Amino acid sequence: MVLALLTAACADKGGGPREIAGADPARGFALAERAGCAACHDLPGVAWPAGAAGPPLEGFGGRPLIAGRFPNQPDLLARWVRDAPSMAPETGMPPAPLTEAEARDVAAWLYTLE
Amino acid sequence: MTASTPRSMAGWPPPTLDPAGPFADPLHVLAWVLFGMAGIVLLLVLVALGVALFGPRRWRARLGGERLIWIGGLAFPVVVLSALLVYGLSLTGRLSDEPRPDEMRIRVTGEMWWWRVAYLDPDGREALQDANEIHIPVGRPVVLELESADVIHSLWVPRLSGKVDMIPGRRNLMRIQADAPGAYGGQCAEYCGGPHALMGLVVVAHEPADFAAWRSRRAAPAPAAAAAHPGAAVFARAGCGACHTVAGTAFNGLAGPDLSHVGARRTLGAGILPNNQGTLAGWIADSQSIKPGNRMPAYPVLTGRELREVSAWLESLE
Repeated sequence: MVLALLTAACADKGGGPREIAGADPARGFALAERAGCAACHDLPGVAWPAGAAGPPLEGFGGRPLIAGRFPNQPDLLARWVRDAPSMAPETGMPPAPLTEAEARDVAAWLYTLE
Repeated sequence: MTASTPRSMAGWPPPTLDPAGPFADPLHVLAWVLFGMAGIVLLLVLVALGVALFGPRRWRARLGGERLIWIGGLAFPVVVLSALLVYGLSLTGRLSDEPRPDEMRIRVTGEMWWWRVAYLDPDGREALQDANEIHIPVGRPVVLELESADVIHSLWVPRLSGKVDMIPGRRNLMRIQADAPGAYGGQCAEYCGGPHALMGLVVVAHEPADFAAWRSRRAAPAPAAAAAHPGAAVFARAGCGACHTVAGTAFNGLAGPDLSHVGARRTLGAGILPNNQGTLAGWIADSQSIKPGNRMPAYPVLTGRELREVSAWLESLE
């Protein structure tokens, strides 16, 4: 019992996808499709295209880091999705045509990717 | 699983039985007439087959006679097919007449795997170059002069016209007209190798005043400030100007699409991707992963920053 409580406290994994309050993963997926994120990223749920300039995003919800350097936390992820160069000036990922709320929807969708 | 969803931006797939102009109407009518006639003939053949298999002996004997062969096998098809041919030509014959002096002319050249577009003046000289997008005013016929630079392509904008082949060494004509403003999706309809399926285009119809404004905007070269953008330097260093033209700069390559106003296009990669800085960057970095076999190489020599600079510059060319 104690062990179960301890392990539950360690990780928020295993209890289903992480959620972001007020954000809608389904809407995030539609936004990502419309913006053409798949031109660079292989996106689960999009058959074509599967661009190779950026990393494939399958399993992104379980990754500890964003772009290999930032903690994978909702606020940082939403900011990264919307304006990656403000966090990493040398990144090749351009700002995306999304509002802040939309970026949170996209982040919420990314957390559903197992 | 959704396939090619980004194309929905440009109305993809274009509805094929939803005419939006006077040159698509007769084809729509003809398609249904042919379909109806084929249905009637199929029904007659099935009835004959049923009688031959299960009918009374007297009927079967009549079916087996020589007279039915002459009537049903020769006279009937000759009459029906000739009538349909005459009817079809009466509907479609005028769609490919030579342009009249008052008609707007646009030359569209099929290339592997995109469309070179040139707006012609009344003397047939190229007044304006563009690619992968055709702009027209609503409510008046526009003559498309179809050519090919390599293999046979076919231009098909289902809501505005039928398919007309683009044949090397020939000039085929096709009329389009849109009754309402909007974007009409099109597609290469003749297999032309490799990424043929990813060779799309968009026809954009404007109200006449908007069209005039578009045209004068498009005729202007890139503003002088554009050449000072850091992205222009990346464009120069990477050698992009060997294949691409940007009007008002030293970049004057002709092998690939004209990029003078690429930021204003609705799509990227010939009708297949939404157009924004992100898709531009992805296309430049590795268009081969998006449209395998297309003639633009991947650019693994650019840094992330350079990629963003050049894509930002191209997006700003409106």
